[in-house]
Amino acid sequence: MLRYLIRRLLAAAVILLVISMITFFIFFALPSNPALLACGKTCSPSRLLEIKHSLGLDQSITTQYWEFFKGLFVGRDYGDASLIVHCHAPCLGISFQTDTPVLDTLLQDFPVDLSLALGAAVVFLILGVGLGVLAAVRKGRAADKIAVGAALVGVSLQIYFVGLLLMYVFVDKFSILPTPNYTPITQDPVAWFQGLILPWATLVILFLALYTRLSRSSMLEVLGEDYIRTARAKGLPARTVIIKHGLRAAITPIVTIFGMDLGSLIGGSAVITESVFGINGIGKLAVDSVTNSDLPVILGTTLFAATFIVLANVVVDMVYGIIDPRVRLA
Amino acid sequence: MAIEISPQSVDVAPPSSFLEVRDLRVHFPTDDGIVKSVDGVSFALQKGQTLGIVGESGSGKSVTSAALLGLHKGSRARVSGEVWLDGDELVSMSEQDMRSLRGNKVSMIFQDPLSALHPFFTIGAQIAEAYRVHHKVSKAEARDRAVEMLKRVGIPQPERRVKDYPHQFSGGMRQRAMIAMSLVCNPELLIADEPTTALDVTVQAQILDLIRDLQEEFGSAVIIITHDLGVVAEIADDILVMYGGRRIEYGSVRDVLKTPEHPYAWGLLQSMPHLGGDVTERLNPIQGSPPSLINLPTGCAFHPRCAFKDQVPDDRCSTERPELLPVPGTDKHIAACHLTAENKIEIRSAADRLAK
Ligand SMILES: Nc1ncnc2c1ncn2[C@@H]1O[C@H](COP(=O)(O)OP(=O)(O)O)[C@@H](O)[C@H]1O
Ligand code: SF4
Ligand SMILES: [Mg+2]
Repeated sequence: MLRYLIRRLLAAAVILLVISMITFFIFFALPSNPALLACGKTCSPSRLLEIKHSLGLDQSITTQYWEFFKGLFVGRDYGDASLIVHCHAPCLGISFQTDTPVLDTLLQDFPVDLSLALGAAVVFLILGVGLGVLAAVRKGRAADKIAVGAALVGVSLQIYFVGLLLMYVFVDKFSILPTPNYTPITQDPVAWFQGLILPWATLVILFLALYTRLSRSSMLEVLGEDYIRTARAKGLPARTVIIKHGLRAAITPIVTIFGMDLGSLIGGSAVITESVFGINGIGKLAVDSVTNSDLPVILGTTLFAATFIVLANVVVDMVYGIIDPRVRLA
Repeated sequence: MAIEISPQSVDVAPPSSFLEVRDLRVHFPTDDGIVKSVDGVSFALQKGQTLGIVGESGSGKSVTSAALLGLHKGSRARVSGEVWLDGDELVSMSEQDMRSLRGNKVSMIFQDPLSALHPFFTIGAQIAEAYRVHHKVSKAEARDRAVEMLKRVGIPQPERRVKDYPHQFSGGMRQRAMIAMSLVCNPELLIADEPTTALDVTVQAQILDLIRDLQEEFGSAVIIITHDLGVVAEIADDILVMYGGRRIEYGSVRDVLKTPEHPYAWGLLQSMPHLGGDVTERLNPIQGSPPSLINLPTGCAFHPRCAFKDQVPDDRCSTERPELLPVPGTDKHIAACHLTAENKIEIRSAADRLAK
């Protein structure tokens, strides 16, 4: 198991390396000029060259990538003799726009996405699986039809619509909740909670449908298995048959999807939710970096998100091993 | 054509047999129509006795056995008729009461032990669970009981194997574990649904021996379901032949195997390899395919496949359903076929000559 884990982590590192290269080269294939953007409106050719040099853009692509790669392990110094900015390892580069190390910005925004993702994920996982199991057990009856119908509505909703509707009802109209914002949990847990209720609710509404449907179909499949009939034939109570024998097996495909969703949410994929509620997380950082052709931030946010997705994959495989002895003992 | 099933009258006196099934019907409403998987099956069984149920796959054997465990309760299946077990009527019994009998007084060995055992729990945990649900004992006691059961069904090193998962067992071992699980509460009625189909011949014989030994030890009633008449000949006292969800022949093994009365039973007998003979010698299996359970053929359900229907005058085989009639000179042998006794004697002796 440990050797398997180490192998998986090494493979994950290789994947991340490849992703960083691809991002790097795609950026230079795009017809944008970051130096020009950084130079501003009153830009002279000599000033442009100067900026190009200070950003390292006058070097060849391979040299630039090599510098970046080296920086990951030993750190980098930026600027000329007059002003040196040190970016310590692991250095993802320094933003063209703000001159701050990308990693610092990422770590500063990270709690936003972590709060958003974890809070919502716990709720949509538990609720979704609960509803899915209920629908499967009551297949064809009222509870099932309601769950399936609600799931259908859920998947066809758009974030903008749900988010703005929730805002309108809870904040503007009835003032039940404060305008969504992010307060660090260490600073004020109550404000943290209140400020995130609506973003959480929005994410939950969007993901709930998917998880309800997924767990319903997974559960239905499992309930038709021979070992469920065996469990009943033993005289076990319905609850034990459904939860212990049924859900235990039905959860496997859900774990996979959940791992991916959680990984990408933590990595900043809730970007639309962030922007609807004006919460600045990694998603917004990523979008801004593309608008500004801010290569180091593009690279940083991409790698950050990829890291979480790749790690989620490894974790999912480990969880599989815990759930399914056939995987563990293979 | 929808047939309304009237609620059974429960005022009928409980029978004297340990198990008595009366006019059992299990119908599944589906989009294509009503699937009549079991349609009027009756039989009786005493303790210490074994009944063999035979028939091709799809003839309703498993659905019948599931009905004896009340496993259709809570599903869309419509079950009617009576199943009397030791004075209790199971068709009308509540799920709650039925649950306390399942795995306890009545238990079942399923066909494919790999899919019938839960892949995520150890063999020991699954056996212990079956014990604990009906007995107030600690986890440790239940575990000891599981080890004891594994030992009894002949699994070597039971203390170690009790911690294994089903996929770590061989096919024969898995079926032994399944048997250990179904016997853990000393059932008085044991139903074995094709317990040896998935196993190779030597293991088959071992498993049958095991079931027989355990039956002798506990004096339970056993129903063994199979499509192999050889198994029935070896282990059963009575035999019930099913075709299209119905009984077509029933009686003691001696009577039915010596003088089968129904052409379908002849076919089954002929397709059975002679004991001790060469397996490649498997004679003509019955021509044609099993009938649709939604629209059973009119008259005798077997007539589209029957080689002897021309010997019955007036096309009666396709128009008139033959009744189950007692065979003279036997105590309970019955069969449903329009052929006359003379016809049958003639055909059987012709077949015997051919076989020699
Ligand atoms: N839940 C169900 N719904 C509809 N048809 C069913 C159901 N269960 C079994 N059947 C049908 O009943 C018939 C008899 O099945 P079964 O008892 O398993 O046959 P076998 O004699 O091979 O054990 C089959 O044709 C099967 O398709
Ligand atoms: S009743 Fe007719 S068709 Fe049916 S088994 Fe007898 S001879 Fe054949
Ligand atoms: Mg079957």
